[in-house]
Amino acid sequence: MDNASPIVEIRNLSKSYRRGSQTLPVLIDISLDIDKGEFLALMGPSGSGKTTLLNLIAGIDKADSGSIKVSGTEITSLSETELAFWRASNVGFIFQFYNLIPVLTAYENIELPLLLSGLTKKERRSHVETALSVVNLTDRMDHRPGQLSGGQQQRVAIARAVVTDPTILVADEPTGDLDRKSAEEILDLMERLVHEMEKTIIMVTHDPRAAKKAHKVKHLDKGILNAHLQTDF
Amino acid sequence: MKIPLSYSLRNLWTRRLTTALTIVGMALVVFVFAAVLMLAEGLQKTLVETGIYDNVVVIRKASATEVQSGVDRLQASIVDTQPEIATGADGKPLLAKELVVLITLPKRGTDKSSNVVIRGISESSMVLRPQVNLIEGRIPKPGSSEIIAGQSIAKRFKGGGVGETLRFAMRDWTVTGIFDAGNTGFNSEIWGDVDQLMQSFRRPAYSSVIFRLRNSSEFEQVSRRIENNPRLTLEAKRETKYYRDQSEMMAKFLRILGLTLTIIFSLGAIIGAMITMYAAVANRIGEIGILRALGFRRRSILTSFIIESLLLGFLGGFIGLFFAAFLQLFTVSTLNFQTFSELAFSFSLTFGIIYKAMLFALFMGFIGGVLPAVRASRMNIVEALRAS
Amino acid sequence: MHIFKLIFRNAFRHKLRTFLTVLGVTIAILAFGLLRTVISAWYAGVEASSATRLVARNAVSLVFPLPLSYKDKIRQIEGVKGVSYGTWFGGIYIDEKNFFANYAMEPKTYLAMYPEIIIPSEQMTAFLRDRKGAVAGRKLVERFGWKIGDIVTLKGTIFPGNWDFVIRGIYRGRDNTVDETAFFFQWEYLNETLKKAGRSWTDKAGWYLIEIKDPHIAADVSQRIDKTFKNSLAETLTETEKAFQLSFISMTEAIVVAIKLVSFVIIFIIMAVVANTMAMTARERIGEYAVFKTLGFRGFHIGGLIFGESIIITMIGAVFGIMLTFPVAKIFAHELSAFFPIFNVETKTIYMDIAASFVVAFVAGIFPTWRAVNIRIADGLRRIG
Repeated sequence: MDNASPIVEIRNLSKSYRRGSQTLPVLIDISLDIDKGEFLALMGPSGSGKTTLLNLIAGIDKADSGSIKVSGTEITSLSETELAFWRASNVGFIFQFYNLIPVLTAYENIELPLLLSGLTKKERRSHVETALSVVNLTDRMDHRPGQLSGGQQQRVAIARAVVTDPTILVADEPTGDLDRKSAEEILDLMERLVHEMEKTIIMVTHDPRAAKKAHKVKHLDKGILNAHLQTDF
Repeated sequence: MKIPLSYSLRNLWTRRLTTALTIVGMALVVFVFAAVLMLAEGLQKTLVETGIYDNVVVIRKASATEVQSGVDRLQASIVDTQPEIATGADGKPLLAKELVVLITLPKRGTDKSSNVVIRGISESSMVLRPQVNLIEGRIPKPGSSEIIAGQSIAKRFKGGGVGETLRFAMRDWTVTGIFDAGNTGFNSEIWGDVDQLMQSFRRPAYSSVIFRLRNSSEFEQVSRRIENNPRLTLEAKRETKYYRDQSEMMAKFLRILGLTLTIIFSLGAIIGAMITMYAAVANRIGEIGILRALGFRRRSILTSFIIESLLLGFLGGFIGLFFAAFLQLFTVSTLNFQTFSELAFSFSLTFGIIYKAMLFALFMGFIGGVLPAVRASRMNIVEALRAS
Repeated sequence: MHIFKLIFRNAFRHKLRTFLTVLGVTIAILAFGLLRTVISAWYAGVEASSATRLVARNAVSLVFPLPLSYKDKIRQIEGVKGVSYGTWFGGIYIDEKNFFANYAMEPKTYLAMYPEIIIPSEQMTAFLRDRKGAVAGRKLVERFGWKIGDIVTLKGTIFPGNWDFVIRGIYRGRDNTVDETAFFFQWEYLNETLKKAGRSWTDKAGWYLIEIKDPHIAADVSQRIDKTFKNSLAETLTETEKAFQLSFISMTEAIVVAIKLVSFVIIFIIMAVVANTMAMTARERIGEYAVFKTLGFRGFHIGGLIFGESIIITMIGAVFGIMLTFPVAKIFAHELSAFFPIFNVETKTIYMDIAASFVVAFVAGIFPTWRAVNIRIADGLRRIG
């Protein structure tokens, strides 16, 4: 699997939150490698810092110290504006509560990240239609999120996440709000993304079923990566 | 079960920005409302205080003001013989024949001018008007070109101070004193010897005759006699009524303008309150569901939201009135449409106005909050809980 | 463009809230426009004045007249093209409430200086022929339902008695800046009647109206006239018609200033309302804005969405407000014709309406934009669900 260098290299990453006069450490000296095409699950109790780690890798939060290299780019040294540019073409997000824009149709939601890309309308259309077919929702493209079920909304969210062909996909509790059947569908979809399209997925989850679908599981507790507890499938 | 007041207060505090903006809107409306009422009140107070109940003003029929009126010497002397006139300390009737003329004088500090009343007075004039007190200098010598100026004139107009000179009717007149007439319109007048002024202005007739009733109840009979006398074309009014009538048009204008504005503005503030309260309800759908599930009745929910919007109104009203109160530091001087002369008056805050303004504020709060409160109380418990 | 689509759809997400806000803006802009129209109505006389007409009056005050003998002396002054005279009558028609301007004037010369007053020639002839004839403005005639030939009685206040006049003409203005609510009659009739009654106010004029050859010599001619009568029984004060009108307004300046201030108060009120709406809306959508940011959109994109929404809501309200201003102003003009003979909505007022709307939209959008732009993505995302 890992003949090339890891797609994500994390070294000595630390982050704390300041609450009034107290400083609470959330991540302590994390070092981690993620390979291309890997499906990694991050698990741990509430408050363990797993979502924070995900946010740092995705470039939507800033670390206090340490380095994160994604596909060779040191993202800890990028400015806010540079990070925004970087995210647009390198990261795809999947959230627990889908986070679709309610006034936009499924098509328009998926198209949204492409509006930053400078592609022509025709080019955007072809990308969106491809993404729609990957998630199998072509027949619902003119529906608004309010007209879709939870599982369908998550699929739209996934289509939005892959439409820019990003370097990595991050997912924060993607099945957290879904019933068992929909959760299964989503996880199967994510598996296909990894196997058929060689996507790299980093997923935070509570759900042991979700963790089972992943290749590797890492555990975080109180901000420390538990190197000993690692499950490989 | 009643929902405590602290719940409403805390909710307002939680969404501070929204609460603040809504209150600001209402405070502005109450400010304008109070300001207009205070202005009309100040105007009427000034003019009403200008008159004394037992003084009678006699002017030409249908003239409305002294400026338009003319009472010739013969007519004036007939009025002089009326038995109902009080007798002064010197044994002479307490009656004054006066001349009222308007002149244009330049204001201090700008090159604009305004119309000012010059009143030619006789011996009894100052006695007839106890509200007027000389505060600086001395009374003009009879038969001289000396004048005294009301406080407002001394302050606002060029040449109005003691020792300064005013030029009109081709003569120079020296100001020998300043008088304070309290809140009355006399503060905007200049007084001089009636004979000197009549000569200078080449006026053959007086403008009015003022006298004190020896017995207040005799007004009816003396005024009837004067008005029915075929040799006289005069009418008589109590001085208080005379001045009150002069402010009528302006006071009405101010009130109508003010009321129209306030109504329109209040619509804006009410809409603001409505938007806020609808949003408050929408944000607390879950809470409402829980409260209902716990056993609070619809009416309690309704009352709670209405109290919240009343609080908004109350705070808006309080702040608006607070700032309106500072207006009392300002004096307004403008032309009175009816008399065509300069009038200075200030804003006057009364309990009546405070009461009306607060009521108005609460009313705005109520109207803004009633519909959203009804919506909140009508909610279906299950739907409300699910929506959270 | 996509951003417009998004802004537009967002604006109508909360239909009730948007409706109320738009309604508020409509009312505010309507009120603002009407107040500005009241102010321009106040200055209407100034706007209607001509640069080639001067007014000469007694320097002491308008209450004092000028001798008729001045006419010929003024006529001979260099730069004067024509002289006429008039006297304010101030009569009451039935009730003080029915106030309108009425005055006596030397008809031929006076009207010659007012080309903007248009009287059909047969009516003019009839007026000149009838000593008791009077001409009234179109709006005045409509107000009281008078017809040509009607006898109108005015109760004199300055000149006591009941005075009868016969309506011989109805004038209209050349354009909408001319006051069509005035009533004038022959100076000769006033003078004769006063002479017969043995009154002292005979052969006197309230003011002189002077036409000059060229607007640039106005100051010179005025000074010349005043110099001629300096140190005489009745010194004159001569100024342009515009200055004369302005002097009245400056006496009631306090009221105009107050109305101007109040017109800004309504703008502040509506600013508070729209700012409130935008603050609420933006707060509810913080999560969405965070999602935009995660996708790579930046601060100015978010700002564009918020300002855009603020502008759309405000502009829709402004358009309705401006449209309503015209019919409402017409109603006002009718009801208040006694106070404001001219009540027109000026173009300047419309521009001010639009400017005010933009200011409101901008100010309302500032704080929510600042907040949305500065919130950390992670915090924003946490606000969802």
